[in-house]
Amino acid sequence: MTAASARLGRRPPRRDVIRERRTWLSLPASYLVILVVLGLTIAPMLYMIVGGFSTTAQLNANPNALPHPWVWSNYATIATSSLFWRAVANSLLIAVVATGLAVILGSMAAFALSRYTFRGREGVYLLFVVGLLFPLNTAALPLFLQLQQMGLNDNLLGVALPEAAFSLPVTIVILRPFMRAIPGELEDAAIVDGATRIRFFLGILLPLSRPALITVGILAFVTSWNAYLLPLVIFSSQDHYTLPLAVASFQSTYTQDTARVYAFTALSMIPALAIFIFAQRKLVGGLVGAIRG
Amino acid sequence: MARTQSAAAAAGRDLLSRPAEAGATRPRSRRRLRKAVELTLLLGPPVGLFVGFVIVPMIFAAWYSLYNWNGFGPLTDFIGFQNYSGVLTGPVFHQALLHNVIIALLSVAIQLPISIGLALLLNRRQHGRTFLRLAVFAPFVLSEATAAVMWYELLQPGGPVDALLKGVGLGGLIHYWLASTSLVLYTVFVVATWKYIGFGTVLLLAGLQGIPPELREAAAIDGATPWQATRTITLPLLGPTIRIWIFLSVIGALQLFDLVWIMTQGGPANASSTMLTYQYVNGVERTQWGYGATVSVVLFVISFVFALVYQRYALRRDTAGAVTRAVV
Repeated sequence: MTAASARLGRRPPRRDVIRERRTWLSLPASYLVILVVLGLTIAPMLYMIVGGFSTTAQLNANPNALPHPWVWSNYATIATSSLFWRAVANSLLIAVVATGLAVILGSMAAFALSRYTFRGREGVYLLFVVGLLFPLNTAALPLFLQLQQMGLNDNLLGVALPEAAFSLPVTIVILRPFMRAIPGELEDAAIVDGATRIRFFLGILLPLSRPALITVGILAFVTSWNAYLLPLVIFSSQDHYTLPLAVASFQSTYTQDTARVYAFTALSMIPALAIFIFAQRKLVGGLVGAIRG
Repeated sequence: MARTQSAAAAAGRDLLSRPAEAGATRPRSRRRLRKAVELTLLLGPPVGLFVGFVIVPMIFAAWYSLYNWNGFGPLTDFIGFQNYSGVLTGPVFHQALLHNVIIALLSVAIQLPISIGLALLLNRRQHGRTFLRLAVFAPFVLSEATAAVMWYELLQPGGPVDALLKGVGLGGLIHYWLASTSLVLYTVFVVATWKYIGFGTVLLLAGLQGIPPELREAAAIDGATPWQATRTITLPLLGPTIRIWIFLSVIGALQLFDLVWIMTQGGPANASSTMLTYQYVNGVERTQWGYGATVSVVLFVISFVFALVYQRYALRRDTAGAVTRAVV
């Protein structure tokens, strides 16, 4: 450090020179690394998608050849099957209910825990925080036993309600600091203007919290959309299968028909990837907010 | 920091509003009642949902774990802690727990450096940065089930991965990726790395964006090389994010199920079993619900103890970060 300061006496480097020197990996090398990473992350998915256009016979003969000729029948059969669309509909329904509940109830709790002072507030918050330690998978079996008692077994709500409950902790942990950071003057001004606190919450705080709400909404949606163990334990009838269950069961049913399994897997990737591409900027922004607190 | 400030601000507001309150026409008790009603309406439903579907099932699990119960009829066969001694002394459970621990250690040793490297790369201004972020994060968005089915297909003997290795002259490396007892756990780990690397990268990227660029610029003016600046400024400031990532990663490794179950069902010969595949086989498939509930409780206690110890020794130092602040 002292040696570095001693050198300071020399003429200060131009700003663009500093920018240049900030990088520790030369540009071509970094592009190479990025290309390799891209290959590793994207190639398997592309392979599935392209492989779905082959026939199983072609795949058996040479797994790594391009389809010749390209056949649409694998995708066409699946895209017109009720099996696939029912699974998409089930996943969507469960995810929408779980996300809606988590965001609505989570923002209510975060509002109470961030802008009210009352005895036991930190205790209630801690209760939710402890929930962060337990992903849904830990509780799948106990939940199954409990839902059996409640008659919610083999019922879409039996999956959606627990998923919402398990998404509450992360929702509250992200929303509370966000709501807390909104200046108290806004609230005072609203109250002076005759608004109640609830109206302040609905009319001012929630709209201002939109970036954080979008982040927690996406997190809850993705958690629900991807859940496997809980629906596996809860659903006994295939009619209720969500997309992850359908993909896994399709694979074990059509073990020999590789091309069709590829097509089904590829199609099941599309909804999640589409949502993500649409939402990624907001998600990263929200995470930055959450980490900075 | 932010917390103390806002707490002080809140206290200040209370002081300011007090005289107004005293002179207000509306009696204080009514205001208090109103606040109590509001709080009940706001907190009642979320606390109810949370307690009903997170806390209560765990309490029930603890209760069921004391019984020999196949799910039919009332709980009558009370066996005390017999299920616990069965789980805790069973070599098959030990093996599963060991696998969870190996995955957790490998995650920290291998996934973390890769995530940090990728985050540093993606934080730079260069062409196609958004696309690159999308590409790195994409596997994380897929469901575990989809990823597992995909890799199961890719790793079949004579399948695409083997054909690729042969094609580039590395045919000697071909193994039974999912059928070799000595290899399968590492295969699972590689797939998990593929799946979760994007999450670590985005989390760390978010942490990096919270570091003011002026710090590095100042270091550069002082003559620090880019590598020095990264090592002595960026990485230490990234500490809180890294510690949160380790926490999430270990908890995730302890809960590993979906990937393993679809690719190997914990096999061959339990070589890739985890605590949750053990639970599924012994609790769900054999309908030994009392025994399965016991595994839940054990897993719960292991996660909780890890969380407490980790918080005590690693997270306590952090003042920033939502998770840490909450736990401290």
